[in-house]
Amino acid sequence: MDYHAPESIHAAISLLVNAEGDARVLAGGTDVLVQLREEMIEPNHLIDIKNIAETRNISICAKEVRVGAAVTGAELGEHPKVKALWPGVVEAVGLIGSHQIQSRATMGGNLCNASPAADSVPALIAADGKVVIAGPNGERKISIEDFLIAPGKTALAIGEFVVALALPIPPTRTADAYLRFIPRTEMDIAVVSAGSAITLDEDGKCTHARLAVGAVAPTARLVKSASGILVDGLLDDDRLEQLAQATSAVCEPIDDKRGTVAFRTQVAGVLACRAVKLAWQRAMERDI
Amino acid sequence: MSKHFVSAIVNGDEVEFRCDSGETLLDVLRTKLYLTGTKNGCGTGDCGACTVLMNGRAINSCLVLGAECSDMSIETIEGMAVGGELHPLQQKFLDHAALQCGVCTPGILNMAKALLKENSNPSETEVRFGLAGNLCRCTGYDKIVRAVMDAAAEMRARRT
Amino acid sequence: MNEKRKNSTRSGSNFKWVGEVTPRPDGVDKVTGRARYGDDLKLPGMLHARVLRSPHAHAKIVSIDTSKASALEGVKGVVTYRDIPDHPLATPPYPPIIQDFHDLSRNVMARDKVLYDGHAVAAVAATSEAVAREAIKLIQVKYETLPHVLDPFEATLSDAPILHEYQFTEGADPDTSKPSNTFRTLSGERGNLVQGFSEADVIIEREFSSQPVHQGFIEPMACVASASEDGSVELWTSTQGHFVARGLLSKLLNLEISKLRVTASEIGGGFGAKTTIYGEPVAIRLSQKTGRPVRMTFTRSEVFRATGPAAGSRCRIKVGIKSDGTITAGDAEIWYQAGAFKGAPVGRALDTFFSPYNIKHIRAAAHDVCVNRPKVAAYRAPGAPMATWAMEAVLNEAADVIGIDPIDLRLRNAVKEGDTSLKGTKHGRIGLIEVLEATKNHAHYTAPLGRNEGRGFAVGYWLHGGGLSSASVILQDDGTVNVATGSPDIGGSRSSMRAMAAEELGIDVKLIKPIIADTGSLPYSYQTAGSRTTYATGMAVVNAARDVIDRLRALAATKWDIGVKDVRWDDGHAIPADKYEGEISPLSLKELAEVAMKMGGAIAGHSEINASGQGAAFCAQLVDVCVDPETGRVTPIRHTVIEDVGRAISPDYVEGQMQGGAVQGIGWALNEEYIYNENAQLQNTGFLDYRMPVASDVPMIDTVIVEVPNPNHPYGVRGVGEPPLVSAPAAVANAVENAIGTTMSHLPLTPPKILRAIGETIPEAAE
Repeated sequence: MDYHAPESIHAAISLLVNAEGDARVLAGGTDVLVQLREEMIEPNHLIDIKNIAETRNISICAKEVRVGAAVTGAELGEHPKVKALWPGVVEAVGLIGSHQIQSRATMGGNLCNASPAADSVPALIAADGKVVIAGPNGERKISIEDFLIAPGKTALAIGEFVVALALPIPPTRTADAYLRFIPRTEMDIAVVSAGSAITLDEDGKCTHARLAVGAVAPTARLVKSASGILVDGLLDDDRLEQLAQATSAVCEPIDDKRGTVAFRTQVAGVLACRAVKLAWQRAMERDI
Repeated sequence: MSKHFVSAIVNGDEVEFRCDSGETLLDVLRTKLYLTGTKNGCGTGDCGACTVLMNGRAINSCLVLGAECSDMSIETIEGMAVGGELHPLQQKFLDHAALQCGVCTPGILNMAKALLKENSNPSETEVRFGLAGNLCRCTGYDKIVRAVMDAAAEMRARRT
Repeated sequence: MNEKRKNSTRSGSNFKWVGEVTPRPDGVDKVTGRARYGDDLKLPGMLHARVLRSPHAHAKIVSIDTSKASALEGVKGVVTYRDIPDHPLATPPYPPIIQDFHDLSRNVMARDKVLYDGHAVAAVAATSEAVAREAIKLIQVKYETLPHVLDPFEATLSDAPILHEYQFTEGADPDTSKPSNTFRTLSGERGNLVQGFSEADVIIEREFSSQPVHQGFIEPMACVASASEDGSVELWTSTQGHFVARGLLSKLLNLEISKLRVTASEIGGGFGAKTTIYGEPVAIRLSQKTGRPVRMTFTRSEVFRATGPAAGSRCRIKVGIKSDGTITAGDAEIWYQAGAFKGAPVGRALDTFFSPYNIKHIRAAAHDVCVNRPKVAAYRAPGAPMATWAMEAVLNEAADVIGIDPIDLRLRNAVKEGDTSLKGTKHGRIGLIEVLEATKNHAHYTAPLGRNEGRGFAVGYWLHGGGLSSASVILQDDGTVNVATGSPDIGGSRSSMRAMAAEELGIDVKLIKPIIADTGSLPYSYQTAGSRTTYATGMAVVNAARDVIDRLRALAATKWDIGVKDVRWDDGHAIPADKYEGEISPLSLKELAEVAMKMGGAIAGHSEINASGQGAAFCAQLVDVCVDPETGRVTPIRHTVIEDVGRAISPDYVEGQMQGGAVQGIGWALNEEYIYNENAQLQNTGFLDYRMPVASDVPMIDTVIVEVPNPNHPYGVRGVGEPPLVSAPAAVANAVENAIGTTMSHLPLTPPKILRAIGETIPEAAE
């Protein structure tokens, strides 16, 4: 295996295109190094994208927030503005692993690892995030839902890699939240998770709602019916009950070492309600 | 495997080493630099025994490649006591009996050091969550948490 | 001499060093990274070993072809079962704890069959880790897979796959003509069960099960073997007992005991699992074959797959109680998973069920059953936590049914001095009543509980170990002292050895440096296991120190030209008898050390003992938890451990044992378990999914040290390390039951199980 550390997007693409055998992109390495050690992957080339300036920046313009694919969880958590705009997304990334992991792990890597239980994904879907992809044919931008195809499988074509994640600048009185269930308090993979983004009008009525759940299907799922249940209304027990049921209805989980079908289906509804409540409360507390 | 010549700063000293692409910083520290105070408990970032500081941040040295360490500054347990004087955390771990077998101790001390840099006055809960990536099977954590909080108090007192 | 000392165990503490907090002798090395553990030794020319392991739970080995691996550049040696000597099966009568070299040989390296996922099949030694990893992939093994069985009860059924065609149940009734997975059933009975249950007002009968849990030490098994052409072997290993390791290795590999020198490295936790051998014999054979030192370090995944967890269990228990709280009868039966080879802790299970209580009519049986899992190893009070959980759960339920305080129920039945356990142990002075009273009087017991919170209580019994221990106390000519023992120090025992030596000699602990001697430098000592070290090895240290004192008195007598009887030892000085007072000045230990080098030669004291007289220890726990009724998630919020330790030699490390055992119990009760897929392959081979408690999972663990000294030990010591784990899972499980208002009978109490139980109790889950 050869290790490469290109310093430009162009150089990285060229390495990816010309690599003989299997090439893997390395960002924080907290998944890739584990997979190497466990011999789950045996690539011929490891292409470290951390030395490419575009992957290391956080930039905010009038339309969007762009978080470089190799920005670490710790760096994202320390950024003064992103957390104010999308607290749920930042919290979701912050939940990945220990402090030590946070010093290395990246949102881009979490996304590209394409685990059904990835913490950042439901939050990114709820926030309507996009993936910024560089490749031999230039840059393209696709939704998170379209990017994730199956466990371990993404929409990246040969020669492509993720440069950044883009989040819209949220409308007025919008906030998000992400919650996950793990049996311990830390260091576990999500057994079930839910991310939600809520926009309220001046009367506290919901005008826009997105809800996504993780670890309950091959990829994280957008609960499409959530919008219909929540929009145009106030938060009451009846709507929450409908929401819990709608959430459980989209779940197609498996039994594995981390949880059971019944548990995941039931608790997905619980977490969906809790995430919506938290996002709602945060949106209410905002005057912008 | 391609070989890499890497120069880095370890505990303040310039060092150079040669490593394979697949070798981790943990491998390099233990087998090339003979700094065996950094322990290998799992190799997958789950136990924290290999925690060192890299450019001031705590990391699992098992999850960093040696090749990624060019020009990085690494702090290991061997560099914690300076000039024959123990760091307050080291002293408080002894005072509080915060270690039994001691194999998790170097990693925990490094994590605690990073933690106290970020937060000089952590609550019990903050210490517990701060150390959540460091498994200890002997102590039940009680005395470790007390030692870290006491060291924080001492370090604050020294500063004023 | 020392009349004051001999009587002092009952007179409260007027000691200078015993019971004091002193800086730990190995402490600085362990906070600076200087301490050397199993994997920290590097020898010139050292090779790296790696083991090929079976992916199958049960299969015949048809063939092993190692030629490609041997041909790989950098590979210096390969080992299979052909390199590990075979031994005949052990024959009856079997001792309570069996060490069968037939089995050991096969567990170290599979011979005709692989019996669990992770079973060692071959090993290589190569010039680097990377080459060794490549090499094992080149070894070709042909398997013929066989059906497997994982559950200890299912393994006893007539259609179960048989692991060992040669194993017939010992003393089986009626048919022993068919091979069986049950190696033996131990049982004991006294009184008349029918009568006992007929006297009861309430009879509670329940079934329980638990999953195997791993000791979870942070340092993987690691050793370095260096064999010489002259037949001698040096071994450096992370072990709880290097003398025991030497014994096992010399017999297994046909080595002369005196030529095998084993040095115990610092040990990064063991909790029982490092009382046996795994990689050591393979490393030795690889070193013998290559003529080079060989290091063998297991990966974390190998530790989980192939080193012994604690047995999983199935249990049923029936207890009869009068409405006044008197327990009239108890009947218990437990099936323990031995793993691939016999040797589940059945004897201890029998001794545990009813031992805290004085019950007239009891019966207990424990089955040692082989299944396709790694062979179990000791884990902190082996066999006790599961049996204790069953009994304590039933007693808590009974207390509820008859409306009596759970501690009062225990007090009514508590064993006292003179009572006898089922095994026939007649108790000396024991402290169960003191422990129960301290628990009842603790503020925790009556503190208010919040919403969704529950409180649990349990008490456990443990008879700690004694046995062979040796010590040398060596006086150096500057008046400093080395204390050498053969007991690896896992949790601070060097502090205790030093304190007892200082107390005896009458010198400052700072003048004493304790060390762990290798197997060539000291006579035999058992392992650091069974909570025996401070008791048995401590006794040897006290004896050896007294031996030094006798020699120093003799030296002073010679120098003063008076009789030895006229010299006494007090507070670090040889003092002439009263009739010489004023005529001769006392001599300090330091002065005598100097004299010795000029007069009679160096001075040391030695002791080799087989310690007996150990007494039962009891440990109670109070646990509060909060259960999220919507997710089944359990948060431990308060935990108090109350233990009779006899006397705490190093109180801070005694507290550490209590806290550590309690948190292991929290893990056992809530989240830790071995999870297999349908092919019996272990699914959680790392710390990510083998969920041991992390710092944020647990509260501070309060400790109450109760001291009812054991008169048989010079300082009153009882074993401390194991009892806290005996009662912890039971107390935690009871707290969960209390919080959700229903009984829970299958450990671990994971959120899915709790949520299901809540759903079954309350039709609509409470908010």
